[in-house]
Amino acid sequence: MSAASTPPPVLRLAARDEVAVALRRLAPGTPLDPVAPGVSVREPIELGHKVALLPIAEGALVHKFGVPIGRATRPIAPGEHVHVHNLESLVLKNAVDHAED
Amino acid sequence: MPKTEPIPGALGFLRSDGRKGIRNRLLVAYLVECAHHVARAIAAPFAERGVELVGFSGCYPNAYAQDVMDAVGTHPNVGAVLLVSLGCEEFDRSRLFRTIAASGRPVATLVIQKEGGTAATTAAGRAWVERTLPELERVPRVPLSPADLVIGTKCGGSDGTSALTANPAIGRASDLLVDAGATVIFEELGELFGCEAHMAARAERPELGAELAAVMAKARRYHATMEHGSFGGGNITGGLTTVEEKSIGAYSKSGTRPIRGLLRPAVRPTAPGLYLMDMIPDGPVRWGHPNINDTTEVVEMIACGAHLVLFSTGRGSVVGSAVSPVLKICANPETFRRMEGDMDVDAGRILEGRGTLEEVAAEIVERVARVAAGEPTRSEALGHQEFVLGYKHFEPLGPACLPRPAGGR
Repeated sequence: MSAASTPPPVLRLAARDEVAVALRRLAPGTPLDPVAPGVSVREPIELGHKVALLPIAEGALVHKFGVPIGRATRPIAPGEHVHVHNLESLVLKNAVDHAED
Repeated sequence: MPKTEPIPGALGFLRSDGRKGIRNRLLVAYLVECAHHVARAIAAPFAERGVELVGFSGCYPNAYAQDVMDAVGTHPNVGAVLLVSLGCEEFDRSRLFRTIAASGRPVATLVIQKEGGTAATTAAGRAWVERTLPELERVPRVPLSPADLVIGTKCGGSDGTSALTANPAIGRASDLLVDAGATVIFEELGELFGCEAHMAARAERPELGAELAAVMAKARRYHATMEHGSFGGGNITGGLTTVEEKSIGAYSKSGTRPIRGLLRPAVRPTAPGLYLMDMIPDGPVRWGHPNINDTTEVVEMIACGAHLVLFSTGRGSVVGSAVSPVLKICANPETFRRMEGDMDVDAGRILEGRGTLEEVAAEIVERVARVAAGEPTRSEALGHQEFVLGYKHFEPLGPACLPRPAGGR
């Protein structure tokens, strides 16, 4: 299959979003070209989960669709999974994680 | 769906209030949990013949629950109702009986303590259902147009794909349906945090915008007291991290048309167009969570008159509903492949380049027309008839909430 017919690995929903959404299950080492040239996935990312495209400082707002979806609770490197372990709500406490499901 | 033309092949069930149903159900309704088993036993042999079980479990009266039961008992998809009471509960069964009888529908009340217990009531109830089912066939059938339809929108079991495929496709379908003259309802205030300003700006009238802002502020207070949003472990497993991230995706179900009015459960829209349903109780937090599960709001939109519900799911909800068909729009292509038998529309194909948002939206509108013409949804064919009703308190709506009626709706 040619590269042109393969859907991109991630979708960045607004131009300046720090995160993109995985369009399939991504293995470590998957390059994020052409969305984020030079960035590779650092850990497994499930479909629908978010991956950092840029370095994110602790305390910085994180955007998706161009809208803030929370604040980084620690520094996040490009290619890292962005989720409840490093991002918190500005509105309400997060519910309990059911990661064991 | 052209506004002026009937939906091909769709013949509605004409009710005495002028509304038209897309189904003709006979409901067996228990009026307290103590009557639930008997009601279920009455309905069970008739499951394949359009008989469904609904009810209210509480023993103590509640105006909201009474209003929802009145609205469900006189819903355009309902042709007859059998009420099953234990006898000593405080639900106002006489009012519910009078409301349904005044609509011209066949209705009867069986009181278990008067009938002589479980077996006698079950036998009497089954005999009534058997006698009444043929009467339902005499309801006049009339052409249906999109303007006759009220459509609810809902998401459940959301994940990171819901906001990318199914929800925006439902939003686009909502625009098409509203343009065709239909009425569309969206709700889930607890999943609209962060969208308040945008929503208020979409209000058709400035005083409605103020009402929308007020109910969102109420929702924030309510959820802050609960220390819990409409956001759970399944959402997190699916890749959603925060409630505001979920909100943006949920909000996209409402499309782009102006918001015409604000409803609360069991209040009917007064003119076609797009409405927000406020499902957050008024007053102090009482009786717990505002939506104990997805079915709570499905039932509330049905009580507002919804003929069918567009239900977006990423993780894979299987629920349907009593009274009104639920059309399942699956956001996640992996979920669709795993649970295809429960899903009506494969919106996740957008992620795999097998379709566009416009194509999925057009398919949703086409499926609405076919369901209105009698085609069962997947959940309907599988026998799903979920129904739940709890305690809530609402104050009357303010005068700015509803648009002036446009003709004999």
